[in-house]
This record gives sequence, structure tokens and C-alpha cells, in this order.
Amino acid sequence: MYVYDDFDRTLVDERVNEFRDQVARRLSGELTEDEFKPLRLMNGVYLQLHAYMLRVAIPYGTLSSEQLRTLAHIARRYDRDYGHFTTRQNLQFNWIKLSDLPDVMADLAKAGLHGMQTSGNCVRNVTTDQWGGVAPDEIEDPRIWAEILRQHSTMHPEFTYLPRKFKIAITAAAHDRAAVRVHDIGLRLHKNGAGESGFEVVVGGGLGRTPFVGKTIKPFLPKRDLLSYVEAILRVYNQYGRRDNIYKARIKILVHEMGAEKFGAEVDAEWQNIKDGALAIDLAFIADIASRFRYPKYENLANEPPALTQVRSRNSRFDTWFRNSVTPHKQRGYAIVTLSLKPEGAPPGDATSEQMDAIASLADRYSFSEIRVAHEQNLVLPHVAQRDLPVLWEQLEKIGVATPNVGLVSDIIACPGLDYCSLANTRSIPVAQELTRRFKNLGTQRELGRLHINISGCINACGHHHVGHIGILGVEKNGQEFFQITLGGRADEKAELGCLLGPAVPYAEVADVIEDVVAAYVELRDQPNELFVDTVKRIGVEPFKERVYAAR
Amino acid sequence: MPLVKNGAVVEDRFTRVLDDAAIVDDVPVIMPAARLLADVGDLAGRRGATGVLWPNDRDISQLAPHLDRLALVALDFPNFRDGRAYSQARILRERYNYRGELRATGQVLRDQFLLLHRAGFDSFEVSKPADASAFAETIARYSVVYQPADAGTPAALRRRNASSKAGARVHLREHDA
Amino acid sequence: MTAPSQQKLKVHGPVVVTGNRLSDGAVVYRGAIGWTARLSEASVVSNAQAAKDLLVLASKDDAAVGAYVAPVEINNGQIEPGNLRERIRLAGPTFDLPASFGI
Ligand code: SF4
Repeated sequence: MYVYDDFDRTLVDERVNEFRDQVARRLSGELTEDEFKPLRLMNGVYLQLHAYMLRVAIPYGTLSSEQLRTLAHIARRYDRDYGHFTTRQNLQFNWIKLSDLPDVMADLAKAGLHGMQTSGNCVRNVTTDQWGGVAPDEIEDPRIWAEILRQHSTMHPEFTYLPRKFKIAITAAAHDRAAVRVHDIGLRLHKNGAGESGFEVVVGGGLGRTPFVGKTIKPFLPKRDLLSYVEAILRVYNQYGRRDNIYKARIKILVHEMGAEKFGAEVDAEWQNIKDGALAIDLAFIADIASRFRYPKYENLANEPPALTQVRSRNSRFDTWFRNSVTPHKQRGYAIVTLSLKPEGAPPGDATSEQMDAIASLADRYSFSEIRVAHEQNLVLPHVAQRDLPVLWEQLEKIGVATPNVGLVSDIIACPGLDYCSLANTRSIPVAQELTRRFKNLGTQRELGRLHINISGCINACGHHHVGHIGILGVEKNGQEFFQITLGGRADEKAELGCLLGPAVPYAEVADVIEDVVAAYVELRDQPNELFVDTVKRIGVEPFKERVYAAR
Repeated sequence: MPLVKNGAVVEDRFTRVLDDAAIVDDVPVIMPAARLLADVGDLAGRRGATGVLWPNDRDISQLAPHLDRLALVALDFPNFRDGRAYSQARILRERYNYRGELRATGQVLRDQFLLLHRAGFDSFEVSKPADASAFAETIARYSVVYQPADAGTPAALRRRNASSKAGARVHLREHDA
Repeated sequence: MTAPSQQKLKVHGPVVVTGNRLSDGAVVYRGAIGWTARLSEASVVSNAQAAKDLLVLASKDDAAVGAYVAPVEINNGQIEPGNLRERIRLAGPTFDLPASFGI
């Protein structure tokens, strides 16, 4: 956990005061909507179909139990008793009143929470591995770097009015759980031949209307240079990124139009001017930030204690959950537990205030008061002693967050879609709900193996459909909801964009088509453990297309 | 349009001249970039101060050789959401060490004052009179900032005052100290 | 964004002007004497000029934001939303909200 000190707290409090003043000036008519909109967006406030929506930043997805309780309180007091966790590790409230927002912000600030960097054309909340600090395969805790970048980009005097939003992701593990190749800047912390660690810098990735997998412009950047190099990228982008067309304003278009090599050369030229200046990072600075992260005082425990193994062998439901939702931890005797926010028939990623409160208490008891938000719209208890797993499981079952479907076909990522979002073409949540009903048999799900379905209600791709093993994109045809289906996308270190299966299908048929795609996979895989995405890679989409569309 | 300088509303001593208007020798003027670059030789002996209005899509490095003859550079915000001039300002201040007046012009509103100020601007052609009179209080909204980009004098990347209430754990970090 | 007064309007059939209330974001419609939360009180027009006039007037009233022209249907004298988006705006999401999943 990063722990705020007076410095951080003062800044957030001053932000609340500023926002209170801005809202007052808007309500009195002193500010026009055009003037106010960018200001509210920079505090995470959108206007959606039914109401204002507030997006709360959860930097690198790490929450304290106190913060989660604060979110529950906001949901209860100012909203409709629930919140929605997003693919970018944030939380959204869907029914907030503008006139309440200054008080909401003040309540959030007491727990060190805010809406900064969750919207607007600035550097957005920096995301990283949801298992940062606990993953066995990481070379160090990437959240320290995310925090350094967070601070540096918060209210940056030069980069608050960029051509468009700007997303940075960091991974420090062999397996990329932060999708760094589909971000404006992706940073991969790794070791070079000499054993020093530094960053591979990838730019110009992104989804949306024109999806690109990013290009590496710096294979190895020493840590001391991270801020100056990112500053150089942002400066080139701020000056040359397109501002004439909102659809061409992301850095990926600039990189594409300039070519990655030329773009990299421009950045280098800019960087030479600033690399040895105020932004050079020294060890003391890294240590200062790192010292603000509080790590648990783990007990000295053994792996696979009898308290765990006995219950596993006598309770098959527990064992099923254990095999699905529990992952190895860096620390011996501990485990990482994923809480599924995808029970059958529910909107993906939603949690009620009651659930949030209960999870906060469980975190206090079993996970050193810490919770993580996963990109897949699930929650994580990151430090659970293995011996506590059986009792924890019972508690999780009671509050409905122990469905053993993590990473399986019903663990669907879906954007809010037309049920909430003013930009949507189609709904996406009801599609997800229907699919969870179709695939409710957990045995079947396990038999299918890892299979990610991602749904977006429009081309903005908030549901990351391009990188879903099965991607579903809502489009409008003559006022009706239709869906394009893509296969074979993935967001990890082998990032790839999915291929279109065929013509878009109407709302009423989309679940049938997905069932057919999955049935085709079962027929086409060369052995039971070949994953869906590997089958698509091996044989392409054609065989799927033949089978799925033959009957239609 | 009120002009704010050094935190207060003041009279603007500069006159804007267009591309072909005559320039009175001892009157301070702000001229378009193209004219400045074309007539740069003739301007050397002027008695009045010379300023330039530099567009936000023109490479600011072209201005570098002429900075020592300029009393003012005005950078443009065609609308407040177009942030290119923030980069130009910092480059002028931090790379070229420009110390003359740096003026924000265009749609200049209260809620951007602080960013502008921190990027190096020291005078502001403010779009609304009410905003101009609120300048001083607006600029004081924040007592802390994270990054070094501060009116041309890079501050600490993260300045935590050793004597602050935060306690002993914190120490002073002044990269440029 | 094009100002509402400059938007090219194609109007086929009955339309209303709608927006979101500034203070709380609630869905509102332009009625004879200002904004109203009831679709039944909305002014219905059916040609481009009338729609544009209504929109221009509505856009000047800052009590609501993001005014635009939306289709409606008249069924048995009742004004009803003309497409799925407008039905959702009026009636809320098409599924039960999470609280009703309960613990
Ligand atoms: S993908 Fe489109 S519909 Fe879905 S949340 Fe994003 S903008 Fe809205």
C-alpha cells in the first residue's frame, strides 16, 4: 500500500476546494458548460444517459480496507448502493448528482481518494499488474514506478491539455498482466545482459477505432531516465499530435503517421535536452517513494498446511474454487485470492455497498487490510495465509463472490454499454448476462479452459473487445443493435488483435453465435488442453466461420 | 480584455500591429511572427520595446536566435483546451533561458491560471474581467505541487519539507539544488 | 461539437427536445414553459424548422445541458420514446440494478 503523507493529503484537499468552487460557479451560471466540462472531466465526472457518473481513481488497483469502506459509504449515501469496477482498475458510480459532488469528493479525500486522472485529455491513472508486489514472477514491485509516474503526471503544468487522453501501463513480470502493448506508453521492466534493470518503452499501442499494437522505441531505458524520457514523449506528442480530428488525436496515430523510427528519433532529440536536468531520478528518490509503500509483516508459514490440504481433499466445492481462484504468492505460506464479480446473471464488475463493506472486513481479517482491483473487473485479496483459505472461502460464498469462474468463459469483461453510456451503439451488459446463463455449467466451463470474452457497446472499445479471445462489438444497423464478433485477440506479452468472424449478427442471435463458436472450438482443437486462443492461432478464423455461418 | 501582470490588473503598454501596419519607433509593439522573422534586421535599432505573437503550431526554436532582442513573447491559446503553448512556454524558459515577459493570450480563463503560471507565463490577457480580479486568490489555490516546472525555476520533483508535520521519514529532495 | 443552432436537422415524424438537468443529470424534456422531467409534458413537433426553434430556445436555458432532438412515437395519444436509447433514458437500464441481487 502506498501511504499518503501530509503532502499528498494537502494536494487532494486543495483539489476538493477548487472543485467545490468550480461546481458553484457552474451552478450559478458563471461558467458555461463548454468551460466547465473539461474541469469536471479532470475530476472524473461524466454526464451519462441518466445522471452524472463519477469515476474514482484507484492507482494501480490497490485499495485499503478503509478506502473500500469509503467507496461503500459513497454508494450508500449518494448513489444507488453499488459501484462498478472497470477494466482500468477504477470504480464508477452511476447515479451521482452534480450538486452533491463536492461533498462526495470531500468524503473521498478523507480516505486519500479522488477522481483525478480518470478522464480528460491528460495522463490517466497509471495502471499496472494487479498482482504487483506479490506475484512470484516479477523482478520488482512495478507499483513504485506507477506511483512515481502518478505523482509526476498529477496536474502536470505542461500536459494537462494534451491532444487526447494518455494511458500508461507498467509490467515487471515475465507474464504481462497489464496489457502494456496496447497503451499509449507501455513500460516493461526487465533486466539487460549486465543484470541491471530498466524499461523497454513501447509507444502508440491502443484499442478504440484504430487499434494498434505498440512499437518498441527504446529496448532498454535506465531507471534514472524514466521521467525525462516520458516527458520527452509527452512533449513531442503535445506539440505534434493531431488536434484537428478527435479520432486521429491519440499518440498511436502520430506514431503511425510519422513512423515509429522517426518518432523515436524526435523523442531522443528532445530527451537529450532534458535527460540530465531536474528529472533525472536518483536512488534516494526511488527509496523515498518505496518507503511509502507499506508491506505486510508476513508470518513464517509453510506451503500447503494441513488446514488447507485436508479441506481440499474432503470438500470438492472448495477444491474447485481453490484450483480456479487461488494463485501462488511470492511469500511462502500465502496465496493470492481472486473474488469473482461475475456471478451468473449479474452485470460484470458490479459490487453492492454491502459486498464492499464485507470484503473490507475480510481484508482486515485475512489480507492485511489490502484489496486489489483486477483488470478483469474482479477484486483480489492479495495476501491470504493458505491456512485461512477454507474459512475465507465460506465467507466469500456468503456474499456471492466465490463463483469459481475466474479466467473462464463466464468471467466476461463488458463495458457499461447503452444501459448507461451516452456514446453507446448497443447494450453490452445484457449480452454478458445472457452468456453467463448459457455457460452456467461450471464443469463445461472448466472443460473449455481459459477463454476470455470481451464486450464493447461501441467502437471506443472500453470493453477491450479487440484483445478478447472472443471479442464482441456493438454496432448500429438501421437503428437496431448488431454485434461484430472477432476471434483470437489477446492482451498479454503475445498481444494480438482479433480477426473478424463474419457479418454482424442481431442482438437476439449473439448468444447463439457465441455458443456455436465455442462448440466449433471443441470440435476443432487438436487436444483437450489446447486453449481457444491457440486453436484460433493455429487454424485461423475460417474453419470457425464455416461452422458458425453454415447454419445461418 | 484585462491584462494581469505580477498578480495585478495593469494597463497594457504594448500595441498590437498587423502584418502591414506602420510601426512607430518608440511605441512598444507586439508583431506577428512572420513579420518579426522577415524584418528582424530593421528592428535592431528600435527605441520602443518589441514583442512577438507566436502561433502555437510554429516551431518555437525558430524564435531562439531573436530572443535577446525581444521584451515580450505572447503565446496563443486559440481555445483553452489546446495546450500546445504550454510546451512552447517551458521550452522558452527552461531551454532558451528566456527571461522577458511571457504572455498568455487567446482564451485565457481562471481555471488555467495556475498551470499557465507554472509553465512560465508571467502575464495574462484574461478573457473575463471577473477572472482577472480573482487572479491572486486562484494562483494560491494550491500550496503543493509534484513536478519541477515552475515559472522557469525547476523545483523539486517532490519537495517534502523535512520540517513538515509529516515527520522524520521525509527528507528534502531538491534535484536542482 | 456543432452548436445546436447549426446542426442540420432531419426530422421524420414526431420529435421532442431532451437533455440532462444541470444540477443532478436527470433526463428532462423541453415543455411549453421550460424543462420538465415528464415526457408527457414535452412539446412535440414534427418538422425541422419547429424542432430547430425549440432546440435553440432550449439550449439557451442553462437549467439543462446537452440538448438534442430525439424521436418519439405517439401511441393512443401518449408520447413514448422513439428508440431504444430514449427508452433506456426514460426507464433506466434494461436489467435489475445490482442491489436487488442482494446478499
Ligand atoms: S465502449 Fe462505447 S459504449 Fe462501451 S462504455 Fe465505452 S464509450 Fe460507452
